[in-house]
Parts: sequence; structure tokens; C-alpha cells
Amino acid sequence: MILKVVDLTKYFPVQQSFLERLLSMRTDYVKAVDGINFDVEKGEVFSIAGESGCGKTTTGRLIVRLIEPTDGRIFFKQTEITSPKGEELRKLRKHIQIIFQNPYASLNPQMKIGDAVGHPLEIHGMAFGKDREQLVVEMLEKVGLQPTGKFYGAYPHELSGGERQRAAIARAMILNPDFIVADEPISMIDVSLRAKILELMNQLKHELNLTYLFITHDLAVAKYISDKIAIMYLGKIVEMGRKDAVFSQPKHPYTIALLSAIGIPNPKMKRKHVELKGEVPSPINPPSGCRFHPRCPMATDICSKVEPDLLDLKNGHLVACHSIR
Amino acid sequence: MAEGLLRIENLKVYYYTRDGVARAVDNVGFSMRKGETVGVVGESGSGKSTLGLAILKLVPPPGRIVDGKMFFQTIDLTDLDEKEMQKIRGKEISMIFQDPTTSLSPLMKIGDHLIETIIAHERVTRREAEEKALSLLEDVGILPERFNDYPHQFSGGMRQRVGIALALALNPDLVIADEPTSSLDVIVQCQILDLMMKLKKLYDMGMILVTHDIGLVPEISDKIALMYAGQIVEFADINSFFEEPLHPYAEALLDSVPNIQLSDQKLRYITGNPPDLVNPPSGCRFNPRCPHAVKECREKEPPIIHPEPGRVVKCFRYEERSDED
Amino acid sequence: MARLSFPRLTASRLRRLSPKRGVEYLFAFTGLVMIAVFLFMALFAPAIAPYDPNKTRVGELYESPSLRFVMGTDRLGRDIVSRVIHGTRTVLLVTFSSMALSSLCGVFLGLISGYAGGRFDTVLSLFMDSLYAFPGLILAIALAVMLGQGIMPVTTSLTVVYIPIYFRMIRGEVLSLKENLFIEAARAIGAKDRTIMFKYVFPNVIPSIPIVLSLNAADAVLTLAALSFLGLGLPADIPDWGFDLRMGYGDLTAKIWWPGTFPGLMIVLLTLGFSLFGEGLSETLSPRLARR
Repeated sequence: MILKVVDLTKYFPVQQSFLERLLSMRTDYVKAVDGINFDVEKGEVFSIAGESGCGKTTTGRLIVRLIEPTDGRIFFKQTEITSPKGEELRKLRKHIQIIFQNPYASLNPQMKIGDAVGHPLEIHGMAFGKDREQLVVEMLEKVGLQPTGKFYGAYPHELSGGERQRAAIARAMILNPDFIVADEPISMIDVSLRAKILELMNQLKHELNLTYLFITHDLAVAKYISDKIAIMYLGKIVEMGRKDAVFSQPKHPYTIALLSAIGIPNPKMKRKHVELKGEVPSPINPPSGCRFHPRCPMATDICSKVEPDLLDLKNGHLVACHSIR
Repeated sequence: MAEGLLRIENLKVYYYTRDGVARAVDNVGFSMRKGETVGVVGESGSGKSTLGLAILKLVPPPGRIVDGKMFFQTIDLTDLDEKEMQKIRGKEISMIFQDPTTSLSPLMKIGDHLIETIIAHERVTRREAEEKALSLLEDVGILPERFNDYPHQFSGGMRQRVGIALALALNPDLVIADEPTSSLDVIVQCQILDLMMKLKKLYDMGMILVTHDIGLVPEISDKIALMYAGQIVEFADINSFFEEPLHPYAEALLDSVPNIQLSDQKLRYITGNPPDLVNPPSGCRFNPRCPHAVKECREKEPPIIHPEPGRVVKCFRYEERSDED
Repeated sequence: MARLSFPRLTASRLRRLSPKRGVEYLFAFTGLVMIAVFLFMALFAPAIAPYDPNKTRVGELYESPSLRFVMGTDRLGRDIVSRVIHGTRTVLLVTFSSMALSSLCGVFLGLISGYAGGRFDTVLSLFMDSLYAFPGLILAIALAVMLGQGIMPVTTSLTVVYIPIYFRMIRGEVLSLKENLFIEAARAIGAKDRTIMFKYVFPNVIPSIPIVLSLNAADAVLTLAALSFLGLGLPADIPDWGFDLRMGYGDLTAKIWWPGTFPGLMIVLLTLGFSLFGEGLSETLSPRLARR
């Protein structure tokens, strides 16, 4: 097990106006992530999927420590990494890296690709001069940015979206990390080019012995690439398990509704939509008990009062729902 | 042509930018009948959005309609001046935009939005307009007590419903929906599409659905127009298209879209980069990325071929299959 | 000077600067030529000026412009051409130094303040905003009076007047840049704050500086002239346009126009040069004139 997350929680204080602060009214919090637990095995592709506002992006940022958890603990390779700072944190960055969603914004526009990809080596003092150049060129070859000479000296705006994302991947991989958080890495890439990035990520996984935490709102992609998947709703994990179990036998009403809502590129495969009432409520005041209960077609009395725990149905297929037997 | 709703012939829309002339729509033609839905599908740089805007003559500068004709029922849209177009917009042809936030004034209650729109085009009293507005809101699933709310008080999905109500307020015969669900989550997206299908039938409207997501198209459309680099490369009815896509781009695109109901899919990607609209490839614009390209494809533009009645494909491969025009 | 944001001078945009572009290129080019001429005058003053600017000729007071004294002589019989040429040195020296110093200070402080945020930023911004609230000329006058006469004091007071402009502009850019994804990405690969500030934020902020520099220079020339005109700032023995303008101003009533007009003309031309260059560059990079 390479990553373990225990009761991970992140509350963001809501911006208050000056007047509100003056009258010291109670601060509201956006409960972006509210006590989640999961493990990731080495070499796995673990997906976290959900709609916007479910907390998946925040979870990704918590794991790479770009933001600090409000509560809970994170364990990486048996060591707790919830709170190290400074030098320890910097060392950690060699092992856990992130690929961002927007390839048009994640590269410094004033930095040549070669310099950007090599910058992590410089920061961690791992290679200099010709050695560094060599490592960067090898990395550029690995991600398919060839001829490397042309891309080494180019600026981001000279590259297409797909090329930029590959440069960002190169930058994340150059330190030979163990764990990569991929935050919607293909959602801003053209559909016909996505598989190329996915293939690259898969190839690198085998070459560099990587483990991925893949964050996405696109369940069709999640099904394509994951080993395990966790479905999040309003800061909680509602269902989790091996890919086959969750996709072929979804148990949580939200998962079922979500899967039925996905568009299918085939007119013969009609889907039976599960109608859900209303929309996702605000994470500032989530519903009591089970957060999904106001929209749930199977809600009963207990659902509005008691929050369901994640129960193991069998073989690691976990569901948080009172109505499951 | 008695039932003809829209007919476009040889349409060219170019953007005159500082970096050159971008040929966003380059000789496009198709026709639609009353009550039909055409899905215009394409990736970045395909020209699909420009096509939608061109029909309503809303192409922003530095873009211009350079050539071609657009016939709406018996009216030649290309000949109309701005004043005459204003009578058409909203009343005969209306538009649903991608971002409902920008098409709604934050200072106007949504009820008033609807009333103003109705009054601007029809000779009715304010009371009558209000009644109509209330019934529209009911049709799109918004509770009447929200009549006096402002746009910011609605969620994204609700705002889009308001946008749809506005588009339908005057019972247009044609609605152009430009990426109406791209900014929405999966479940809401599904709700909105269901709503659009229901209303389309109720009001007997024709619809053009512009989207990059080919998974949205099968359920709601009758026909599909696939665009690449400013041209329609294939036009067919939905079932024929998905059963046997003819154009190499169509094949490749369908192979690159994950289908959640399939297991063990092998996703493909298209080599190369999206086309440059200022300097498109010579001959067939898809040729640099086409696995079947031959010398002819690089030299001449492929002809428009009708392999079956009602079907169009722009590719040399099908020259023998051409019906007499 | 009311605008807080100016277009950015990047290599790709600079390539758009070509004679084909019309009016804005003409502006920028003309401005550049004018500045170059003044620069040339300043650098080679001793060689170009026909006479010693401070040499008085008791017998040739108020000579009108002639072949011998192309711009005539002033109330002390000094050749105006030489005074004007040597005056260029003073003006450019003070202008360039104060621009260099104020931009250095303002940019550096704006960078740190914007990036660091917190109380430091709040306090510093408040200070800068209050300085900025003063009309430039009033502030310059106040400082000149406090610091006394001389090139150093004048340069200092002009520097101080312009620091807030750079500070505010750069701080604004930094604040918006800070939210960018590539800054977060830099943090994710382990870059220290110092590295992020100088390798990620600063290079993206630089392109906005050149145009402001030029427009500020235009303003500085006028402010300097105003100070000298008022008798503040530079001592009488340094050839200076503003001072000569003041002295020549009184002569106008006697219909002796040349001692005042020529220095005045120089002030106008140099200011125009900087303005044309700055505005021309700005217009090329982000045109506000309607096209087509």
C-alpha cells in the first residue's frame, strides 16, 4: 500500500465582507472534503470520480500538499506526511507529483520547455549542466515531443494543447516520482487526442513503476483506465471498489443515477435515465444525515438523520447507504 | 422545398485577424426539414460554433460572412439587413448559448427578462406576456415562485433552463443550441437534454445542436453533420452514421470516444494536431492525419459525394459509390 | 497616467511592429528617432556645441538669431544653442537616472509586496497609495524644497515621485499572476518562494514595464522643467532648459523671444519623443483604434 488516507478533511472558510467580520458573525465553511478514507496500492490506477463540487480536486491538492488538511492523516509508504514542512516537504515532492487539468495555464509562458522540464532537477540539486540537459532530452523523447531539439527551445505558446500537456507530464516525471496525482489531465484536450495522452500515461506507468490517483468527472474515461474507483458526492465517498464491481453492479443510488446519465455514442444503446430531483446542494450547509437523501429515490426516514458509514459488501466493494442490504 | 426549414449553400465565414485569414467555415451546405434536429459535431478548430452564429448573422468581427446563401423557409437570410434580422432573431430562429450566465443580465429578474423578450416581438399586454412567461417557466421546470429572482440566485443548470425558456418564448421554428450543456455536470446535462427533447416535440421545433461531445447526439438528433477544419466531411442520419461511419475522420473519432457500456474497449487516437484554419493543409484538410491518405488527397480537394440519398461524404474513397447527384 | 495596466511587450508582439502597420508604427518610430537625436546631443555635447555654454559676452547681449549664434544669445550673452545642447545632458541624465532608480525600486517592492501579501503588503500599499495620491508636481516641489538644490537631490525627488506608479502596476500584475496555475505548478515541483518570485512571476511581469517607462519619462521631463522653472532643483550654473525658460520668460515682454522659446521648444520635443514612442508601442501591441 503506497498511500493511505484517514479521515481526511478540508474546510474552506467562506470569504466574509468587512461588515460581517466586524459583527463577528459565525464563519461559514465550505466543507469541501469531509472525512474520507481510502488506500491506494502500489502500481494501481485509483480514480476519484464525481461531479463538480464533490471534493475530488481538493482531495488531489491535499495529497500533493498544495493545501493543508483541516483534519485527518495522510500516509505515504508507511510514513505520515500530513504535516511536514520546509525541507521535509520539499524532499517529499520528489516522490509525489501532480499533473494539472489545464495545459494552457500550467506552464510558465516565459520559460522554454527544456528549462521548465529540467527545473525540478535544478530545484532539488539532482543534475547540472550537460547531465541535466541529457535527462531532459531523454524525458522529451519518452513523452513523444520530438524532434527534441525543436521542443527543448520552444515556448509554451508555440505548442498545441496536447503537446503542452505532454510537456507538463515530462516535468512531473523527471524526478522519477512514485506517485502521480492526475487532476483531469485530458478534459481540456480534444476528444480524438485524449487516448494518446492516456496511452502515454500508461506507458510511463510501466516504465517508471508509477501509481496514479486519477481525478475525473468523466466516468467513461474512469472505466477505461482505472483499477479501483471511488465516487464522491459533496465531500464524501459514497461508493468505492474495484472497477468491475462498481461499474457493472453499482449499489449506491447516486452512482446508479450518475452512470445512467452518461451519454452514449451509439443510438442503439439507449439508457434508462434515473431521474434525480433538483441539483447538488451547497457544500456550506450540506443536508443532514446522508448528504444525498433529499434527491435519493430510495430515501427513508433514517437517511435524513444518520450518516451512513462505508460498509464492505464483499471483496472490497464499499457503499455508504442505509438502503443497501 | 415545401417542408424545408433551413437550407445552407456554399457558406463561407472568414475571420480577418492580424495573423492571417482564418477560414472558419469554408463552403458548407446542408438542409433541414421542419421539426428535425441536426447535431453539428466537431472538435476545436472545426468551425461548428461559427456556423451556428452565422445562421443568425451573429458572427463577431473580425469575422464576416464572405459567400454563400442561407434560406430559412422562404426567406433569404443573407440578403437581410440588421434591422430585418432582429425581427427574425428570437421570434423565428432563436439561440441557446453555452454559458447561461453571460446571456442573462444580472440586473434583471428572470421574469422580467421573459416579459421584455415577449413584448419586444409581439403585440400583447404586459399581463398577457406575464402569463406566457409563467407558463414557459413551468414548461422548463422552474417553480413559479422564482419568477422574481435574479440570475445569480440560480444554479448553473437552472440558469440554462431560463436560457431555454427565453429561446422558446416566441415559439420559434428553429432553435440553435450552441454547446448548451458543456458547462454543466453530467446529471444536470442529462436533465437539460431530456427537457430539450420534450420541448422540441411539444413546440414542434427544428433544432441545430452544436457540440463537441458526440455522445450527446444520438438521443436527441435525427441527423448528424460532422465538421473538420471548416467543412462538413460527413452528413447522415443518426443510425446510418453510427452503424457505418464513412469518412476516415468519423471512423477515427468514434474509435476515440469511450463508451461506458462497453468493456475492453481499445481507444484510439488521431495522430497529428488540430488543423490550422489560417493555413489549412492542401487538398483534403484531413490528409496529414488520415490513415488512408493517398497522393490525390494531398493535391486536390475531395468531391462531395452522395453515396445514398440523404447522405453526404467528402472523401475520395467513395467516388465509385456516388449516386448521380 | 490614470491607466493601471499597459499592454505587454513580448517578442511575438514585437514582431508585429512593422512599417506596414501604419500610424502606430509611425508614432513609435518617430518617437524613437527623436529620443535618439537628443541622446546623441547629450553624449556628444562638447563636440557639437559651438561654444562654451557658460561663456558670457558682455558686448553681445540679446543678440537675435544669426549665422553666428543660430539661436541667438541670452541676457548674459551666452550662446543659446550651446546652452540648449548642454542642457540636454542634464535633462537626460536626471530623467534616465530617476527612471532607472524608480523603476528598479518600484518593481522590486511591488514584486515582493504583491507576492508576500499579508500585513507587509497592506502597510506598504497604504504608504504607496498615499504617495500616489499627491499630484506628482506638488510632491516633486515639496521634495525639492526639502532636499535642496543639486542634481542628486532633484534626481532623488523625481525618483520618489514615480516609485508608486511602478509599485502599483507591478503589484497588480503580481496579484493576478499569483492565482495562475503555473505558479501552483512551480510550488508542486518544490520551488522555493524566492525562486517562484524571480523565475516565474518576475519574467511575466517584465513585458509591461517598457511602455510605462517611456510614458513616465515624458512626464519626468515636464516635471523637471517645472521644478527648474520654479527655481527649485538645479543650481544656476548647470545649463538647464527649465531655468533658461524662466529667465527667458521675462524677456518676452520686450519682444525678445529667443531666450525662452528655444529651451521651451526642447522641452516640448523631448516630451513628445518619449510620448510618441510609448504610445506608439502601446498602440501596436494592443490597438484601441478601431480597425475595419
